[in-house]
Amino acid sequence: MRIFEAIGKYLLLMQKVFAKPEKASVYYKQTIREMESLGINSVGIVIIISIFMGAVITLQTRYNIETATVPLYLVGLTARDSMLLEFSSTMVGLILAGKVGSNIASEIGTMRVSEQIDALEIMGVNSACYLILPKIIATVVFNPLLTMISMFVGIGGGYLATVATGALSVSDYVYGIQYWFIPFYILYSLLKTVIFAFIIATVPAFHGYYVSGGALEVGRASTRGVVYSSILILLFNVILTQLLLA
Amino acid sequence: MVEVKNVNKTFAGNRVLFDISTVFDRGKTNLIIGQSGSGKTVLLKSLVGLHTVDSGEILLENRDLVKMDFGKLKSIRREMGMLFQGGALFDSLTVEENVLFPLNLFSGMGHEEKIHRVNECLKRVNLRNVNHLFPSELSGGMQKRVAIARAIVQNPKYLFCDEPNSGLDPKTSIVIDNLISDITREYNITTIINSHDMNSVMEIGEKVIFIYQGYKHWEGTKDDIFNSGNEYLEDFIFASNLAKKVKNKMNIHNRS
Ligand SMILES: Nc1ncnc2c1ncn2[C@@H]1O[C@H](COP(=O)(O)OP(=O)(O)OP(=O)(O)O)[C@@H](O)[C@H]1O
Ligand SMILES: [Mg+2]
Repeated sequence: MRIFEAIGKYLLLMQKVFAKPEKASVYYKQTIREMESLGINSVGIVIIISIFMGAVITLQTRYNIETATVPLYLVGLTARDSMLLEFSSTMVGLILAGKVGSNIASEIGTMRVSEQIDALEIMGVNSACYLILPKIIATVVFNPLLTMISMFVGIGGGYLATVATGALSVSDYVYGIQYWFIPFYILYSLLKTVIFAFIIATVPAFHGYYVSGGALEVGRASTRGVVYSSILILLFNVILTQLLLA
Repeated sequence: MVEVKNVNKTFAGNRVLFDISTVFDRGKTNLIIGQSGSGKTVLLKSLVGLHTVDSGEILLENRDLVKMDFGKLKSIRREMGMLFQGGALFDSLTVEENVLFPLNLFSGMGHEEKIHRVNECLKRVNLRNVNHLFPSELSGGMQKRVAIARAIVQNPKYLFCDEPNSGLDPKTSIVIDNLISDITREYNITTIINSHDMNSVMEIGEKVIFIYQGYKHWEGTKDDIFNSGNEYLEDFIFASNLAKKVKNKMNIHNRS
């Protein structure tokens, strides 16, 4: 029953979030700020992780196929499609749930326990909208960009692994990543990313917004925010895959 | 004027406020006193709609806050300023940006005019050359002043202060108390202050209500607080050993 109560509370919060901003220009500035702190600051980690992911997928695929029966360019194709279909959206989603999610929950939680949220409310600001809407917009706009960077860099990582190890010829890899390319996969991934971005922004925000107590509770809320958003991302991954690819 | 009529408040079965009724006048510093945990903060936050009460009326110039929807509440809050127990300055913003914040959202002023107003308010609370510092770079007393400046920047009709001098030394406390009192008179504001400090009561207690375990036990002015005849209030007033000794000395002195 607790879960239904939490869902109800979450939906009520979302209703408060999607209200008319008091002043568009202030919210616009806030959104730009959030894009910087939640989006641009995540580019580095996304690049690092995607290079290694692309590299390891390429090597694993290569060492797991029987070269006598399967042409080697399929290694490139597998690396590309794994990145496009799954790894770039889901892995990046999970990593950002950890990085961005804990950031959001602890920021909002700290504002709650230090009465900064009350201070906003007393000024006549809709605190839920002011604090959360810019974060949603920032992540929903920026995460698809991050996912595309990840796809690109991941396939590059496979290329680097190919060059560095000589496990297969560069021409096979390059042929493979161009072979039988299905553009819908990118759209599919970006659609998933948008949903994940919404989860990453709102679930930790929900946990932070309703903190009561002190620093210890803020820490706990931040952990819960990350755990729940990760689980929800995995759950929606399955649901969306069934809906979009079946 | 703020009128409170039969306000009750419960948290998950834990009753915190019992049938509180009183009136807070305009242009006066009204004090809510009581020991820690008596319900002062809950009462003050109920008065501004940060807590929803179970029953009762809270009338601001005859507009009942309890019955307002969120939109109406939001607009009436622009007439309010509030000082929180911990200051509650936005710690990612500088002093100037903190005070500027409500103006950016709600005033139609141009940038120059807004900065002028901010400096006017900072000057009013005797703060100079701190515009570009962050709250973490200020002392507790300075943070309180910034919070006061932010609270008055929109010319509020109502000023609510939750323990404005908690964590301050006695001298700075008096400065802050008098600042609030002066501002109240200057701008004819209805000011309501939570306190457990008898110094504040004696300094600025034009109207005092005493809360004990969620009940209003007494109300009056600083001049008749020593003749209340209420044992809980006397207990509160003479809580410190120093005060008890002074009282005993005075009794002996009076008798002789
Ligand atoms: N959000 C809340 N949820 C549940 N109980 C609460 C909440 N806020 C306050 N209480 C309870 O209400 C009672 C009164 O608390 P309140 O904060 O009003 O005391 P106070 O008089 O302001 O004390 P202090 O001087 O220490 O600030 C306490 O018993 C507290 O546990
Ligand atoms: Mg309190």
